Amino acid sequence: MKAIYYLWLRQIKRFFRSKSRIVGSVGQPLLFLLALGYGLGSIYKRAGDGNYLNFLVPGIMAQTVLFAAMFYGAMIIFDRQFGFLKETMVAPTSRLKIMIGGALGGATTATMQGLLVLAISYVLGFRAAHPWMIPIALFIMFGLAIAIASFSSGIGSFVQDMQGFQAINQFLVFPLYFLSGALYPLTNVPTWLRYVAEVNPISYTVDAMRWSLIGVSKFGIAKDLIALAITIVICIIFGLNRFNHIEA
Amino acid sequence: MVEVKDLVKSFGHFNAVDNISFKVAPGERFALLGPNGAGKSTTIKMLTTLLKPTSGNLYLNSHDVIKDKALARKSFGIVFQDPSVDTEMTAYENMQLHAILYNVPSKELNTRIKDLLELVELWDRKDSLVRNFSGGMKRRLEIARGLVHHPKILFLDEPTVGLDAQTRNLLWDYVNKLSAEKNMTIFFTTHYLEEAETNADRIAIIDHGQLLTIGTPSKLIKDSKSKSLEEAYLKLTGKAVRDEQANPHDAWRERQRARSMR
Repeated sequence: MKAIYYLWLRQIKRFFRSKSRIVGSVGQPLLFLLALGYGLGSIYKRAGDGNYLNFLVPGIMAQTVLFAAMFYGAMIIFDRQFGFLKETMVAPTSRLKIMIGGALGGATTATMQGLLVLAISYVLGFRAAHPWMIPIALFIMFGLAIAIASFSSGIGSFVQDMQGFQAINQFLVFPLYFLSGALYPLTNVPTWLRYVAEVNPISYTVDAMRWSLIGVSKFGIAKDLIALAITIVICIIFGLNRFNHIEA
Repeated sequence: MVEVKDLVKSFGHFNAVDNISFKVAPGERFALLGPNGAGKSTTIKMLTTLLKPTSGNLYLNSHDVIKDKALARKSFGIVFQDPSVDTEMTAYENMQLHAILYNVPSKELNTRIKDLLELVELWDRKDSLVRNFSGGMKRRLEIARGLVHHPKILFLDEPTVGLDAQTRNLLWDYVNKLSAEKNMTIFFTTHYLEEAETNADRIAIIDHGQLLTIGTPSKLIKDSKSKSLEEAYLKLTGKAVRDEQANPHDAWRERQRARSMR
């Protein structure tokens, strides 16, 4: 347990020591909120769907958590390049504990960044439908963060360098995000896009976030949570499997 | 204390380590020498559980390295060829995390870290981020870290590369003391033959994955009718220069280290 705690703490400390990472983590979501929220807001209103910023914020929070948790995989690649990974690989602590500690740390910092974006959204005029449900949103974000941090540790275990890791981000994570309904409602989209969204695990998290923050859901919260639970299990199995196979 | 039996590691058709066997006694200082690509690092990686052998047996402190990984891992400390400290943490935090990973009792944790950091003269810098350390300081920290869990065996993989003469001296004085006073087994590799000659009780020379000879430095010199260990070594391994097939990470770290030494 102690090993898990200290490996978790390492991620937290490293996050707070890197001012550029904190600033950078909110920069992109802020840009999305401003450019899209204000830029498309009037068209959205004219289409009769109401307040776009309110619609957008849960999606942008999911985006923040998604990319922040993906960054944990990059940390593994950095650890490999700087040699620190070997230090943990020869220690008499099981790989299971090492991965869980790190991934929990990565998930915690990702969730904190999601919360930070929520705070910024409040400044921009966002209001949750039921503020007492914000802890539920927090819970959902943490679930997504655990899944993605585990997934990215799997990726970081076999991708050898940052270029390869970026390619996975570009060709897998970005499409998953853009096709998830985080930025637009899935109600009137072409059929193919709806099918893609329905097999995309991110769609369900975004939907669950929207349910908890603005009281709107497309799939229904039960379906969302089941999908999230399945995603978490698959990602943890994948991450552990790959992490166990690291050889230096 | 260290036993290697019929050890083989092949990558495809290439045998990096080709049927090597030897034993190292408790408290012995043992040097593994050989040209680049001879199989030294591969052997150390297999002894320290980082690589699985293709075949053969390995024992550390009579624990089977392949079957009883956790026990074998508790038995040794290692200073890697490349830096392996977390540069974004302080010296103390690096020591602390290591102690936790090796299950050092929390009562002793603080005193052990303090004693070791004082020994390598880094106690007054314990709260500095390792990022700000010079190459020599990082090396000293790594040695201190490798000793926190009181290992029976200490592996040093080219520990003095890039260090100045003062730091090299300090390092060997300390390592020799560990072996004499604590009966710690020292297993090291180096390219500096005079280092092996003065600091090793026994030397093994390997090339192309095979063991060429093993014995005390004076025996190796006498057997090959040479005047120095260097002459004996060159007679055995030839004068051709070798290229090492480094993986991209090693090459990258090499550059980082070269930069930090400047």
